[in-house]
Amino acid sequence: MNVKLRVWRQKNNDTEGGFENYEAKDLNPNMSFLEMLDVVNENLTDDGSDPIAFAYDCREGICGTCSCMIDGKPHGPETGVATCQTYMRSFKDGDTITVEPFKAKAFPIVKDLVTDREAFDKIQQAGGFVSVRTGAAPDANAIPIGKDIADLAMDAAACIGCGACVAACKNSSAMLFVSAKAGQLNLLPQGQPEKDTRVLNMVASMDEAGFGNCTNQYECSAACPKLISEEFFSKLNRDYMKASVKTLFKAKAL
Amino acid sequence: MILDPKIPEGPLADKWKNHVDHGKLVNPANKRKYEIIIVGSGLAGASAAATLGELGYSVKCFSFHDSPRRAHSIAAQGGINAAKNYQNDGDSVYRLFYDTIKGGDYRSREANVHRLAEVSTNIIDQCVAQGVPFAREYGGTLSNRSFGGAQVSRTFYARGQTGQQLLLGAYSALSRQIGLGTVEMFCNQEMLELVVVNGEAKGIITRNVNTGEIQRHSAHAVVLGTGGYGNVFNLSTYARNSNATAAWRAHRKGATFANPCYTQIHPTCIPVSGDYQSKLTLMSESLRNDGRIWAPEKVGDKRPPNEIPEDERDYYLERKYPSFGNLAPRDISSRAAKEACDEGRGVGETGLGVYLDFSDAIKRLGEDTIRERYGNLFAIYKEITNESAYETPMRIYPAVHYTMGGLWVDYNLMSNLPGLFVMGEANFSDHGANRLGASALMQGLADGYFVLPNTLPHYLADVPREPAPSIDGPEFVAAEGEVMERTGKFLNNNGTKSVKSFHKRLGEIMWNYCGMARTKEGLEKAIELIQQLREEFWRDVRVPGEGKELNQALEQAGRVADFLELGELMCRDALAREESCGGHFRDEHQYPDGEAMRDDEAFAHVAAWEFKGENEVPERHVEPLDYEETKFTTRSYK
Repeated sequence: MNVKLRVWRQKNNDTEGGFENYEAKDLNPNMSFLEMLDVVNENLTDDGSDPIAFAYDCREGICGTCSCMIDGKPHGPETGVATCQTYMRSFKDGDTITVEPFKAKAFPIVKDLVTDREAFDKIQQAGGFVSVRTGAAPDANAIPIGKDIADLAMDAAACIGCGACVAACKNSSAMLFVSAKAGQLNLLPQGQPEKDTRVLNMVASMDEAGFGNCTNQYECSAACPKLISEEFFSKLNRDYMKASVKTLFKAKAL
Repeated sequence: MILDPKIPEGPLADKWKNHVDHGKLVNPANKRKYEIIIVGSGLAGASAAATLGELGYSVKCFSFHDSPRRAHSIAAQGGINAAKNYQNDGDSVYRLFYDTIKGGDYRSREANVHRLAEVSTNIIDQCVAQGVPFAREYGGTLSNRSFGGAQVSRTFYARGQTGQQLLLGAYSALSRQIGLGTVEMFCNQEMLELVVVNGEAKGIITRNVNTGEIQRHSAHAVVLGTGGYGNVFNLSTYARNSNATAAWRAHRKGATFANPCYTQIHPTCIPVSGDYQSKLTLMSESLRNDGRIWAPEKVGDKRPPNEIPEDERDYYLERKYPSFGNLAPRDISSRAAKEACDEGRGVGETGLGVYLDFSDAIKRLGEDTIRERYGNLFAIYKEITNESAYETPMRIYPAVHYTMGGLWVDYNLMSNLPGLFVMGEANFSDHGANRLGASALMQGLADGYFVLPNTLPHYLADVPREPAPSIDGPEFVAAEGEVMERTGKFLNNNGTKSVKSFHKRLGEIMWNYCGMARTKEGLEKAIELIQQLREEFWRDVRVPGEGKELNQALEQAGRVADFLELGELMCRDALAREESCGGHFRDEHQYPDGEAMRDDEAFAHVAAWEFKGENEVPERHVEPLDYEETKFTTRSYK
């Protein structure tokens, strides 16, 4: 099969970018989208042109590095997959495919399709952890956790930190990311002692990084390669309200 | 060169405790005066950075990724072993130790492996306390599954994403330390050179992959947790960016490289489908708990699997290894798949594949149970092949998955180059000639959380409490010069062939001659071919773009240049090891039934190679392996 590509090219965050057109020919429908870009880049290299910079690593949908907006959808037309798990059989022969980076104020462009998502790390550093010293843990079975809770926590923990949720949101909100991260730990008994500070700090860090506000339209969840549910929003809102009220009244933990 | 493993005195089971009890310590007030560079933020790197930062050292952690959470540890699917014996099925520290020694085909250090088994239980406790959502039973206790090479259920798991969850646990601990300011994180920084001052590792040279800026960093000790070198084969289950440059640069600066020929070929991967392919995808070994592996009995049987009657199917693992069956260790299962395909009984378009069949398990347990256990793996399989494994058997074929070899380290995880420590897959120490499933995660976290934080102080305690060497010193200037020169060479080469094309050709040589079965003639030929390819690479490689920007071709060029040297060393090691053991199988050394024939008289040792200069023959040194606790036996899973 053959496709035409409209690809966003931008030298760096300080320069203007624009679309360039390329043709990708003789493709196998079982190629991944990134393998198709590999082929385009090999041809560009052979022609003496600058290959398209795009982010990738594991190529099996778990590292969260790849991040293309394909025809206006983060990670392309299929649901529940990352860009690296999108295959050319999802497109038709002769299609024109538009490829852009994940655009958001909090994700500055590095080059072409590569963006800097350090803001997610900052949110994690603000509270996405349980403070436990190495070696100071009790026996693993000393804390029984019901299977339903463990499964829910795992649903939230499946987040790969790719930023598709932010790219899909018209407000560039990081609500799905933060609610999944905080939700995982706040659901579990290990996360209880720091439950309040966790949500307060993570939300503050999210706001500081320049992510927008959530207006509950759930585009994020639909675009999430791990299909993380928007149900975690209400958990985050609830935890955040409780923590705010407690802080407001300087309530003791009685 | 004498390679002293520095194994502590005393009975095997007490060595680690004695070592910790009597080791030197650094005063709490002095810890922050010591700077430690950690390269890599996978399981080993992140857990070590978090723990050392928490202890009070000044830690600088480097990753070429945009975030420390992206290292390839994240892709491990099946699980992590620990001798908890929660299943009451007779597991113990000793049994995990024994299984690992036997699984490694008696080519690993007893003392290291025993320590690994001892701390395995602490790892699970630590991870649970961090909030890692391991699978649980309805009663709230942790669940276990079985893995290859063991007859007990000791593998802990988080759906099919155990590596991800463990890495995110370590990442959360690391994030906490970064927030507290004890660890300084350097993302987008690739280590391109090691700096040695007065014979000790004291710094690194990095390139910021986003800006192209070259930086010098100094410290009192350098720790590598930079993973394995399986991408020498080009096609592997490794992430595309996984590379051996940090380890290889250290090797060139004096660190010996041990057992490079020990590579693990994983039996259950999705077969290659085309020339454009960029990577191979693993289907977790855990699938072999319920899946049965078979090939058609008749040569050239091209019927669809559902039309091949039961009595014309050869469940070859169950037939050859009745006591372990489908859970035979990886090296053995891979070779058995290759044999079936070599006999012309392979399936799929290319004939390079066998079936992994779940129909019996679905009949026995129901589709829902299978979905619960392996749903995400079946989904990955469907995405890639467009086939449903609930309806038709999976097609699988072996692929390069892990490297047991790596930089030589002593019991303290220090290389022969003082001040240079190596953890996780980047070192050679714990898996011998073959790694058992679910043991890589165990080793990475053991090294990072529990071993290095206890052994690094032994070295630091003797390092003068002076600031780390100045980055303006001549060694730093020279090392930066080497990096600049290499980068300049690539960019100004004006060649005609892409970096990728060379990587592909190297991969083909390695797979054909240094893959699942090796011969003297083949290896000699491979060495010659690699030398020619290396010469052609430097003459004719084309690297587009500039140095002072994000330039992925330039990054790849440096990595492939190093693979072109490492590949040759792997062949040399495979050639020198005149026996078959674990992941190293020499056609000349096998029993009449095709099983691997070890030579314990001549080869019960670690081979550590010393770099002697560009295009010079490296020197092979030997560390004998003494077995006090276990007796050499022919590894049998029959």
